[in-house]
Amino acid sequence: METMILFAPLLGALIAGFGWRLIGDRGAMWVSTGLLFLSCIFSWIVFLTFDGTTETISILRWIESGSLSTDWAIRLDRLTAIMLIVITTVSALVHLYSFGYMAHDENFRENESYRPRFFAYLSFFTFAMLMLVTADNLVQMFFGWEGVGLASYLLIGFYYRKPSANAAAIKAFVVNRVGDFGFALGIFAIFFLTDSINFDDIFAAAPELAETQLTFLWTSWNAAELVAFLLFIGAMGKSAQLFLHTWLPDAMEGPTPVSALIHAATMVTAGVFLVCRMSPIMEFAPNAMTFVTFLGAATAFFAATVGLVQNDIKRVIAYSTCSQLGYMFVAAGVGVYSVAMFHLFTHAFFKAMLFLGAGSVIHGMHHEQDMRNYGGLRKKLPYTFYAMLIGTLAITGVGIPLTGWIGFAGFASKDAVIESAYAGTAGGFAFWSLVIAALFTSFYSWRLMFLTFWGSPRGDKHTHDHAHESPMTMLVPLGVLALGAVFAGAIWYSSFFGKTNEVVKFFGGTYGEPTQELVEQVAERSPKASELHYVMESAPGEAAIYIRPENTILHEAHYVPTWVKLSPFVAMVIGFVVAVWFYILNPAMPGRLAENQRPLYLFLLNKWYFDEIYDAIFVQPAKALGRLLWRRGDGDVIDGSINGVAMGIIPFFTRLAGRAQSGYIFTYAFTMVIGIVVLITWMTLAGGAN
Amino acid sequence: MIQSDLTVILPEIVLALFAMGALLGAVYTGKDRLASLILWITAAVMIAVAAWIGLTGSGTNVAFNGMFHDDAFARFAKVAILLSAAVVLIMSEDYMARRDLLRFEYPILVALAAVGMMMMVSAGDLIALYMGLELQSLALYVVASLRRDNAKSTEAGLKYFVLGALSSGLLLYGASLTYGYAGTTLFSGIIATATEGQVSLGLLFGLVFLTAGLAFKVSAVPFHMWTPDVYEGAPTPITAFFATAPKIAAMALFARVMHDAFGGAVGDWQQIIALLSVLSMFLGAVAAIGQTNIKRLMAYSSIAHMGYALMGLAAGTAFGVQAMLVYMAIYVTMNLGTFAFILTMEKEGQPVTDIAALNLYSKREPGKALAMLVLLFSLAGVPPLLGFFGKLYVLRAAYEAGLAWLAVAGVLASVIGAFYYLRIVYYMYFGEDREGLDGGGSALLNGILMASAIIMLVGIVNFFGIEGAAEAAAITLVN
Repeated sequence: METMILFAPLLGALIAGFGWRLIGDRGAMWVSTGLLFLSCIFSWIVFLTFDGTTETISILRWIESGSLSTDWAIRLDRLTAIMLIVITTVSALVHLYSFGYMAHDENFRENESYRPRFFAYLSFFTFAMLMLVTADNLVQMFFGWEGVGLASYLLIGFYYRKPSANAAAIKAFVVNRVGDFGFALGIFAIFFLTDSINFDDIFAAAPELAETQLTFLWTSWNAAELVAFLLFIGAMGKSAQLFLHTWLPDAMEGPTPVSALIHAATMVTAGVFLVCRMSPIMEFAPNAMTFVTFLGAATAFFAATVGLVQNDIKRVIAYSTCSQLGYMFVAAGVGVYSVAMFHLFTHAFFKAMLFLGAGSVIHGMHHEQDMRNYGGLRKKLPYTFYAMLIGTLAITGVGIPLTGWIGFAGFASKDAVIESAYAGTAGGFAFWSLVIAALFTSFYSWRLMFLTFWGSPRGDKHTHDHAHESPMTMLVPLGVLALGAVFAGAIWYSSFFGKTNEVVKFFGGTYGEPTQELVEQVAERSPKASELHYVMESAPGEAAIYIRPENTILHEAHYVPTWVKLSPFVAMVIGFVVAVWFYILNPAMPGRLAENQRPLYLFLLNKWYFDEIYDAIFVQPAKALGRLLWRRGDGDVIDGSINGVAMGIIPFFTRLAGRAQSGYIFTYAFTMVIGIVVLITWMTLAGGAN
Repeated sequence: MIQSDLTVILPEIVLALFAMGALLGAVYTGKDRLASLILWITAAVMIAVAAWIGLTGSGTNVAFNGMFHDDAFARFAKVAILLSAAVVLIMSEDYMARRDLLRFEYPILVALAAVGMMMMVSAGDLIALYMGLELQSLALYVVASLRRDNAKSTEAGLKYFVLGALSSGLLLYGASLTYGYAGTTLFSGIIATATEGQVSLGLLFGLVFLTAGLAFKVSAVPFHMWTPDVYEGAPTPITAFFATAPKIAAMALFARVMHDAFGGAVGDWQQIIALLSVLSMFLGAVAAIGQTNIKRLMAYSSIAHMGYALMGLAAGTAFGVQAMLVYMAIYVTMNLGTFAFILTMEKEGQPVTDIAALNLYSKREPGKALAMLVLLFSLAGVPPLLGFFGKLYVLRAAYEAGLAWLAVAGVLASVIGAFYYLRIVYYMYFGEDREGLDGGGSALLNGILMASAIIMLVGIVNFFGIEGAAEAAAITLVN
């Protein structure tokens, strides 16, 4: 069954991609979608019947070279099971949604077949993503990692006649290359240190790595720290964390279903998955984890500020994604991997829904994406409106405070992240930036809602007159995702963020009593959390995630002060109130504020000028270097010498040879004699007895 | 005693008797009217002898006190010689008949040349060597000037004869020096004297002169000068013959002399052969660029290819000989196909040799153009065609024998050489439109062209098993 889950999308991709001429456009779409629903149903069966014990399902011998020996295998554990349902569910729904969304596209000519290609790419992406999460060794994971990168590139550039789409695709690819370089170095380092790329061996060796020193770039590093840091560089690229985030907003050039699937729900969370998957190593790298926390928090804050002022509906959601990924990294960074996965899980539902909802609006509004031209669409697009409303309630984290879990999906997971951040950093930078980011999240999410669905229609009147609700193929996925956005948090709250023993059990580990010493330490640190009963006992790699016994953040997060527990809710309410004031009660207010605080406004609108700075620091010098190597290096030196040889020297010898071939027999005989003289002389001097 | 000797040499005797019988029979009966019949019979006999040798021969048999060797190496070469000679005969029939060149002497001379070649590759003695060589050469001098009423053809024959006489002189001088210093003409005796580091200067001179004489036969630079003129002047089927069977015979003889007689002094002759090899590769490549006549071009091409074959020989190892044999087999197959094509190049019934006439040939004859493309790519050594693997073989042999510089030079030369092959492809596919060649060509020639091209494509699977035969042949030669 696991093998079917994995290969059904590949089969779909192959059939749709290469066989569509035989089975037609609609045939290709139905086949790939059908296979994905099959894969999705199997995934849910696996997830719901899974008992938490790690299994390895070997498919074939893969690499056998020296001491490098590895299988192509499926590693099925809780992390994989979670990712399986996230990926296949969202992907299946996005396939279905694309029936409606991709029905007509003005980027392609009449009678041009583009839909099979789109579905093939989607299915291929799903396959690669499944490959990534089911990998049982790093190279297989890297294969999936690059596969999703390729699919992302192809899909961002799907409208290949649009220069901006091509530019965005290249940007996504190149920026990801930076991260992948780090990831690849990390894999090399691990292979160098442990002589294996299989997770079992690596995890078993993790405690040793913490004791090992490694020289890299003329400096001696702790091996575990270095490996964790390098792997996180890879995660940064894929998950669009600060400094490597610039590709994600541009990736919105792709069709909206792609944004929902790849750039919200699945691929961008691969980085978070990687950090959780490598938790046995991360646990032994406290400094690298501090860095993860810091960067996640910074990203959450940065992206939220930029999201405040964007006008393109998809860009707002893109920055929101970027910001939410920061939340996940903070949770992973403080060592509460289960919460990182929890937020990943719930986020997939509500963010995919927001994107698909936005797609529905865009579809209804004839590919208008600027929110300033929306307004009052509540009545025109009622189902979309309700779906978006649920999504917004989920992302802003609406729920009953202090209960922990009674609320929308985002409420449960986001509060869990913020509480973990407080416990993990003792109320430091990460906590405060997440709370402020929560405020901003609430503001920009409601801003999006109010600008789109409330108020009076703005922009082109004709477009508004013809605005229409989307077809059922697009609304059904919204409905299904809405279920997830509402209930996912409440149902699985205790599995991801319950008592330590519940979480450990859910992830397939064993728990035991803490040492007396540890209990005292915790009690000293946070008196309210003194009742520490359980810690994880499994060795690294036995369970899906690994939590060191000393790591009690998960436990402590439940005992943070009440004001901390309330803080995200308060932030959410403030954001909501400000949004109401700005966009319902006093719509002139935002303009005036932007006018008063012009530099700040421009700073945010231009995304902190990251693109401009990168352009000046990296892109232009690289281009200049490229030009130099092209004109001087390639043009003058290489072409010059080749041309010189090919057009100067060789023809000279050709003429010489032609002239020697005089046609006179004495010349020929003379040449032979010269030849024999040369040979004899040479042999006399160099050969034989001498 | 004599009977067992005759048994060993029976295939040569049969072919020689056949040639003489056919000569007498034709002279006293229908003369040229029988030419076509004799041609077909000769081809059939040669194929039959090839099958006889190839299928029944086994082990190493020595006749006439070591003057004649019948071993796996000789058999490999003989089968290749006989088959290629037979194919050339079959290819030439139509062409010669239509130009009134089909004399009954022609197939008989080819058969006699083949007997000479068979003698050469089996030679175990300097005198046997010379006998085979002269028998071959005399037959070739005559066929080169077969077209007696044509100035170019007679000039070609004369030039070949005069220069051939010079080379024979060099060879004989080398043989006498060798005899003088080794005290014997038997290879098995020479090898006992010529051991590494103990080769006297006189023997070394003998070796150099012998090498020069043999280099003339394989048209290695600087003893190549006759090749373009003779290739151009001789009627095309004769050129095809020159480019194939005698080349195998001469290369095989070269290998036999070097290994059987001077196998103990590899270090001494290796440098000479390597020098000849590198000169041939470069001159062949560079000079061919200036050619517009496809026959001259093929002459330089064969010079370059001999350079590569010599590279295998220069390795001085069993693997080198194996590589050389495989290379020669591939080379001959490619050349037969190419010459089959050249034989079909006609305009209004007249043979055309200007490569510019091939402009946009692909438009008129896409199938033949494609086959020719495959052959030219293979000649140039473009993967994944058989020609590439032939080159790879000899390069590997040279590299493994420590002649990395030679291998590098070979690669460089093949880059230069690719130019003129690709230029023909360019003409055929992208050239400007001009008045073209006649279409058609006989089904036989087209069939040979196609077969050759297909072999280039399919042969990469297992080389049709010649690898194993070549390996066995090489091992019997180099111990």
